[in-house]
Amino acid sequence: MNLHEYQAKELFAEYGLPVSKGYAVDTPEDAAAATVKVGGDKWVVKAQVHAGGRGKAGGVKLVSSAEEASEFAASWLGKNLVTYQTDAKGQPVTKILVESCTDIAQELYLGAVVDRSTRRVVFMASTEGGVEIEKVAEETPEKILRAIIDPLVGAQPYQGRDLAFQLGLEGVQIKQFTALFLGLSKMFHDLDFALLEINPLVITEQGNLHCLDGKINIDGNAMYRQAKLKEMHDPSQEDEREAHAAEWELNYVALDGNIGCMVNGAGLAMGTMDIVQLHGGSPANFLDVGGGATKERVTEAFKIILSDENVAAVLVNIFGGIVRCDLIAEGVIGAVEEVGVKVPVVVRLEGNNAEIGREVLGKSGFNIIAATSLADAAEKVVAAAGGSK
Amino acid sequence: MSILIDSNTKVICQGFTGSQGTFHSQQAIEYGTKMVGGVTPGKGGQTHLGLPVFNTVLEAYEATEADASVIYVPAAFCKDSILEAANSGIKLIVCITEGIPTLDMLVAKEKCDQLGVRLIGPNCPGVITPGQCKIGIMPGHIHLPGKVGIVSRSGTLTYEAVKQTTDFGFGQSTCVGIGGDPIPGSNFIDILGMFQADPETEAIVMIGEIGGTAEEEAAAYIKDNVTKPVVAYIAGVTAPPGKRMGHAGAIISGGKGTADEKFAALQDAGVKTVRSLADIGNGLSELTGW
Repeated sequence: MNLHEYQAKELFAEYGLPVSKGYAVDTPEDAAAATVKVGGDKWVVKAQVHAGGRGKAGGVKLVSSAEEASEFAASWLGKNLVTYQTDAKGQPVTKILVESCTDIAQELYLGAVVDRSTRRVVFMASTEGGVEIEKVAEETPEKILRAIIDPLVGAQPYQGRDLAFQLGLEGVQIKQFTALFLGLSKMFHDLDFALLEINPLVITEQGNLHCLDGKINIDGNAMYRQAKLKEMHDPSQEDEREAHAAEWELNYVALDGNIGCMVNGAGLAMGTMDIVQLHGGSPANFLDVGGGATKERVTEAFKIILSDENVAAVLVNIFGGIVRCDLIAEGVIGAVEEVGVKVPVVVRLEGNNAEIGREVLGKSGFNIIAATSLADAAEKVVAAAGGSK
Repeated sequence: MSILIDSNTKVICQGFTGSQGTFHSQQAIEYGTKMVGGVTPGKGGQTHLGLPVFNTVLEAYEATEADASVIYVPAAFCKDSILEAANSGIKLIVCITEGIPTLDMLVAKEKCDQLGVRLIGPNCPGVITPGQCKIGIMPGHIHLPGKVGIVSRSGTLTYEAVKQTTDFGFGQSTCVGIGGDPIPGSNFIDILGMFQADPETEAIVMIGEIGGTAEEEAAAYIKDNVTKPVVAYIAGVTAPPGKRMGHAGAIISGGKGTADEKFAALQDAGVKTVRSLADIGNGLSELTGW
């Protein structure tokens, strides 16, 4: 689960880390009022979406009056912000962060992530802060400094000092950086982060470290023990159908093809999409119905797949390990009946009671095409959807 | 031979009396697995499925001298269950449960390494040596004792590979689901090394997915260490690049992790890759001349 910048900064503040004074608002009037509450004569207004690259897309502005702040809010609230990290539609803006302006002397980068290869939380820091950081990592990997956190011991002050000295920090900044590093590491572990990023972490004209941005991603598996963070969830940033599917414990991702796919298991779901494409088709979605594919969930899955108007045919691919394929077949028939499926449905059943399942489908009288193998299923569904492109 | 488990492997189950533990222990017993007991705190002294129930893993281990423990407890309690098993003296832990917080796994995996305990999973179908021992949730009947070692990150994709190797008559030496989580107890390299050393495994099927760099690391390992024929399939060529947030993920992976890069790395290591999931059996046949 992703957090907004303003939410990340609220958490930073709770952990005593240096952030700007600011308010997240959802009307132009409140944006104007926030400038007064923050004080000063210059402010930064920032559209809040779950994506990076906002500055280049016009979603961040320096303003010098309450009117300007209000105008910025009016121009973005209710609109979608498209950045190089979003899809073509962009992400809806429902909140604007109004905060005090910071005088920047230097921009640094600080991030942390669970690294699969080393099986450690790894902190990364660089003197090359800003949006070009990925290019820096690719072209000059030596400029990305790392601190690897021992899972049994946790982050240690010496690791923070080491990074600070390597970054070329001086005087009070060494202590500031070490405190920041330890605070962020504590947050990472307390709050089950999967990813944390401060880009840029700036040195102000006064020589102090300051968190100018904040991106946080929380481990979805840990939400059960992060009740407070769960309340920060913003469903507006997620695809509506994906969110609805999640309520039914269905893992759905919309794509732009015309062949709906319903599969058990994430790996097999991806494998099914791949084989559809190999046969010249184009998948309309990824959908994993999970291990316990009941009639209710199969029905709901059909509804979600068919809510996409581009779908010209549906492929159901189930490898019945423990689940019985005859029950799945009945589920499919029930769903076709209840939902009123108009497009051809190709079903490939394998595993437990697959033979009986195929018989049940054959006798149903619905427009259900039984496939005998994976390749056969892919060929049939591509043909049913109007042939290869 | 085989790897990890065989007909002599004595197995206990953590979460034994729960619905998952009960169902799958029953299935394992029917398959012929040497189940010797189970653990449910507070139910020690009872009998379940004709086997003794213990309060702690240590008690179970001391009474049964079990070689392996399979874990079916809910995700929130898995870190504790893995650490309990790892500290009992049991040398093989298979954790089936999905949804364990990643930071829990960092600690559990580190402790298992320190204690010299082999952990398989979590979020995996388990391990099976066909005809001898089944630990996990895979359907036993699709397997056939034989000569192909299968290692996979995905449950249902493993079943596809199993079915094809059974249909072709090759059979499987051992099938290992290492699980799809970011921090697996064992990775491809661990299992590939065991298959390379196992005289009964004559060829290897490796099934990967997009994300992470485990397949690239496996490719490098195969190049230097594996002389047996390897067929690989990677799922997710058509998967869209997800909406991204920030740069940290991309920086750490150094631009690796797409299906195409994984295919390329494996081909470079001399692995036969198949682009269609349906071609695993054919690929093996072509590569080995069987």
